[in-house]
Amino acid sequence: MAERRLIWLALALLLASALYLGWGLRSPYGFILSLRGVKLGALLLVGAAVGASTVVFQTMVGNRLLTPGIVGFDAMFVMIQTLLVLVLGGGGFATLPPLPLFAIEAGCLVVAGMLLFGMVLRLGAEDMTRLVLTGVILGILLRGLTGFIQRILDPSEFAIVQGASFASFGSVDPMQLGVAAAAFLLAMLGCLRLAPLLDVAALGRSYARSLGVNHDGLALAALAIVAALVATSTALAGPVTFLGLLAAGLAAALLPSWRHRITIPAAALLGALILVLGQFLFERLLGLQSTLAVIVEFLGGLVFLFLVLKRRPT
Amino acid sequence: MIRISQLDLTRDGRRILKGIDAQVPAAGLTAVIGPNGAGKSSLLHCMAGLLPPSAGTITVDGTDIVAARPANRARLIAMLPQGTPVVPRLSVADLVAFGRWPHHRGHPSATDHAIIRESMIAFDLLPLADRRLDSLSGGQRQRAFVAMAHAQSTPWLLLDEPLAALDPKYASDIMRRLHAMSRPGPDARGVVVVLHDLAMAARYADWVVSLKDGRLFASAPRREAMNGASLTALFDTEILVDRLNESDVIMVR
Repeated sequence: MAERRLIWLALALLLASALYLGWGLRSPYGFILSLRGVKLGALLLVGAAVGASTVVFQTMVGNRLLTPGIVGFDAMFVMIQTLLVLVLGGGGFATLPPLPLFAIEAGCLVVAGMLLFGMVLRLGAEDMTRLVLTGVILGILLRGLTGFIQRILDPSEFAIVQGASFASFGSVDPMQLGVAAAAFLLAMLGCLRLAPLLDVAALGRSYARSLGVNHDGLALAALAIVAALVATSTALAGPVTFLGLLAAGLAAALLPSWRHRITIPAAALLGALILVLGQFLFERLLGLQSTLAVIVEFLGGLVFLFLVLKRRPT
Repeated sequence: MIRISQLDLTRDGRRILKGIDAQVPAAGLTAVIGPNGAGKSSLLHCMAGLLPPSAGTITVDGTDIVAARPANRARLIAMLPQGTPVVPRLSVADLVAFGRWPHHRGHPSATDHAIIRESMIAFDLLPLADRRLDSLSGGQRQRAFVAMAHAQSTPWLLLDEPLAALDPKYASDIMRRLHAMSRPGPDARGVVVVLHDLAMAARYADWVVSLKDGRLFASAPRREAMNGASLTALFDTEILVDRLNESDVIMVR
């Protein structure tokens, strides 16, 4: 049943993509299509990366309130970019080719993310309230720190950071999209390989270990995948805090399953669908620009509140 | 047989287990008892190879459990930690199926499905097979988790306080099933249970390992380890043991 719904989701996404590409198409077709194509590619990648990374992350921390966005994984990526500009100087940063640059940034994110989140979230893991609070505060801290570093940059370097870290969907470089797509595909392959292990890990660390799963190794691999996915989406579109929660929450409601072979693709498809449909609605039908992020954050925030409030005290 | 020698465990600068030498016989049900904070749970985790000791050795049927690879370890020992997590949308049948994970690692065979079914029958779970974990009572959920450990088909089964928060009906139900699993036979398992309920220990255990302040207090057949004098000394409170209808009755004064 869940498999069939997955196919329906994929079809819906296909339809939404076609609508987005084809609605109100005028000459010159080739030019407009290529513009829209790049933008569509970015929407798909960002939505899917955020959705998939959220499911993996939630399983590993054993909590459905936390997402990479909420604990500040993406803020950390922006911070790494900012620090790179600070160290290399604006010129050095701008002249780095996209592939090595992305590799360096993603690599830093993997290491820093594993150190910080691995440590902090493990320490608070026994206590649900503490875990959520720690995660949320960590996110605020990382955002604050990033803002601080950006403030002490000189203005021209700050402009480069802004250009690099808040690329909206309108200004995506096709080259960058290619790199991001490759990183995304690799990470998704990793996700599907890890899926059966994640099923066991959902029982919690001690149960997983007693069933012979090398839990610490798995956590490392999962964090690396999450970092790669977050790097992909943040490099393309900047931080989106609540989209992951929205995608994972919807996936859990529409495709109830505990199998990560189902939930990971489901959240990825839904994340992409939300962005493509939303962008289509706002850009094509309502003629609005750049309000999508606001709406997604608003709805995601509502889902977050809903999840917090409906949680039964245990 | 599980052989523990000179076992020491230090965590966060605290010495939790101090120079423990003990043996657990392969046949029968062993109860681990002792006051709160004596190190019972830590000892069990060490025996399961889930907590590396600071010093000393533990062998399970001759295998050094500390050095064993996780996959091999999980085919020798099934360990049920404290508490029963609720995984959203997971059914009882799915949960019991997880017990076969160490054997198939994601690709269950027909044998695995047959064993899963056997374990569900052994724990009367067939009527509940499609129920979700979060819709079960605490006692039913605990039974499902024990069935999962049963499906792991390991020679050893270790359980950390499986009776916590269960009422007498469910508690004695689980103890009866564990006891039956440990009876001699081709399928006999060595069962080691951390117990708070002394009455249950007195009723079902064949062997008792007792701990006090991280040291071994006794490792002996039950009748020897659970007499009034030794229990009184173990718990620092007066405990009487009397006979009633052929079984021991524990009274705390």
